[in-house]
Amino acid sequence: MSKVGARRLEPAAITGVMSREVANFRTFWKATTFSSVLEPIIYLLAFGLGLGATLVDGVGGLEYVEFVGTGIVATAVIFSSAFPSMFGTFVKHRFQNTYDAILAAPVDVEELVTAEVLWISLRAGFYGCFPLIVAMFFGLDPAFGMLLVPIFCFVTALGFSGMGVATAATVGKIDHFNYVTTLAITPLFLVAGTFFPIDQLPDGARAAAELNPLYHLVELVRHSAFGYESKDLLHFLVLVVFAIAMWRLAVNRMEKRLID
Amino acid sequence: MNAIEMRGVHKTFEDITAVDGLDLDVPAGTCLGLLGPNGAGKSTSMRLLTGQAIADDGEITVLGHELPEEAKVARGQMGVVPQLDNLDVDVTVEDNLSVFARLYRVKDVGEAVNRSLKLARLTDRRKDAVDKLSGGMRRRLLLARGLVHEPKLVLLDEPTVGLDPQIRTELWSLIDNLRGAGSTILMSTHYIEEAQRLADEVALMTNGKIISRGKPSDLIREHAGRETAEIYGPPDRLAEAREKAEAQGLRVRPAGPAIAIVGSEKATDGAVPDDAVVRAASLEDVFVLLTGEEAE
Repeated sequence: MSKVGARRLEPAAITGVMSREVANFRTFWKATTFSSVLEPIIYLLAFGLGLGATLVDGVGGLEYVEFVGTGIVATAVIFSSAFPSMFGTFVKHRFQNTYDAILAAPVDVEELVTAEVLWISLRAGFYGCFPLIVAMFFGLDPAFGMLLVPIFCFVTALGFSGMGVATAATVGKIDHFNYVTTLAITPLFLVAGTFFPIDQLPDGARAAAELNPLYHLVELVRHSAFGYESKDLLHFLVLVVFAIAMWRLAVNRMEKRLID
Repeated sequence: MNAIEMRGVHKTFEDITAVDGLDLDVPAGTCLGLLGPNGAGKSTSMRLLTGQAIADDGEITVLGHELPEEAKVARGQMGVVPQLDNLDVDVTVEDNLSVFARLYRVKDVGEAVNRSLKLARLTDRRKDAVDKLSGGMRRRLLLARGLVHEPKLVLLDEPTVGLDPQIRTELWSLIDNLRGAGSTILMSTHYIEEAQRLADEVALMTNGKIISRGKPSDLIREHAGRETAEIYGPPDRLAEAREKAEAQGLRVRPAGPAIAIVGSEKATDGAVPDDAVVRAASLEDVFVLLTGEEAE
């Protein structure tokens, strides 16, 4: 047996926890992939082709299908990071006692949370790219800038999966996720510049929308397709700060929940 | 040398005192049974030893490591078999083991998995998902998972709770082999027979503290004497028999539909009726006398 170190965030502990996630993911990857591919197609058909063909000609010089196709990446990211982390963490903790088993091994809460958040974010980084690929079949032109999109998705997902873990560690019952979904996730994904530009919103609403991390992801993804701008560094910085803040919050909440 | 040392350990949950000044040593290479009724503080004590609970007061040393500061290093050298089945049910038997081999930093994961499969007698089921296994197989796998890294110390938290007698016997055999191999074992249980069969020493725990400790035979001799007489009959008769026995300073405990006069060899003047069932005193007698709880 290798020696267990006392230091924080040991790679062996993190990869060990992730190996459990991989083993489990092998049993349900088909269903996850199916919904991750199909959902953006449905959104593109409904909004991109539906609205684009009937009510909206274009936005800011873009075809509406291009506008929505790049924006929906953010929707895919929040759905594939916030929900799995909320429900997955809650189920593993309260129903399956998985964390009791892991924390009986030489893994601490910080390593456990880091591994969980990393794994979900890797998945979300991958699945977040699907809408972009689907949009290409609907007319979006490929661009070299898009090669950075998995990184943008990954960093954004770090924040939302951290938020999901923190939420799961805070709520008393699984039903309470309804409040979080209605009051936080739905407004976040709707008011992110995905379906309509936020600069048309009233000043207060626009300021609030600019605080939405998804808005910054939408901007980055759109610029990856149509040309980066200098302010994209700021967008990326917002996502990094969001990711770090939510990761630390998740660790803090889980330590309170898991250690008596 | 002690594998576990707990000194004056206190742990409260709001207004409930789970562990109340616990002093407990477990010498290396021995099996100590922590016997107590539900709510005695056994599971909290186990969590304190893994660093999953932090003591409000007192000192805990496990395998020479001070807790909670060095809990992670200590956990690397101990194996934990939990009370509740927390296996990954959709995942294969061998994947359940290999994940924990990695968590425990085992160098040769394949070899550790093969050894554990053999221990759990599940080699031919290695590719099956856990939810295809019987209850007994799952329990064996849970035990093998806790031993995948060949730990120096094994914590068994109610290892056979809720199992039928056949599966319980299977588990006992595996635990006995472990004990024979010289592992240090701390086993919490509320099954008298389990403690009596497997433990070198038994510590009786109630209300968060150890109230007596020793070899089962010594505990019986010290607290229960040589014989116990069980008396069956209607309530009036049992009340009368109890009164007579207690008048002679004998200790009487409930025993399901009967009463049991403990240390009945000391009884005189018909305190033990002729139709009483006289048997050797047992650890169950000690348990009930000292904890005031019915045994299982």
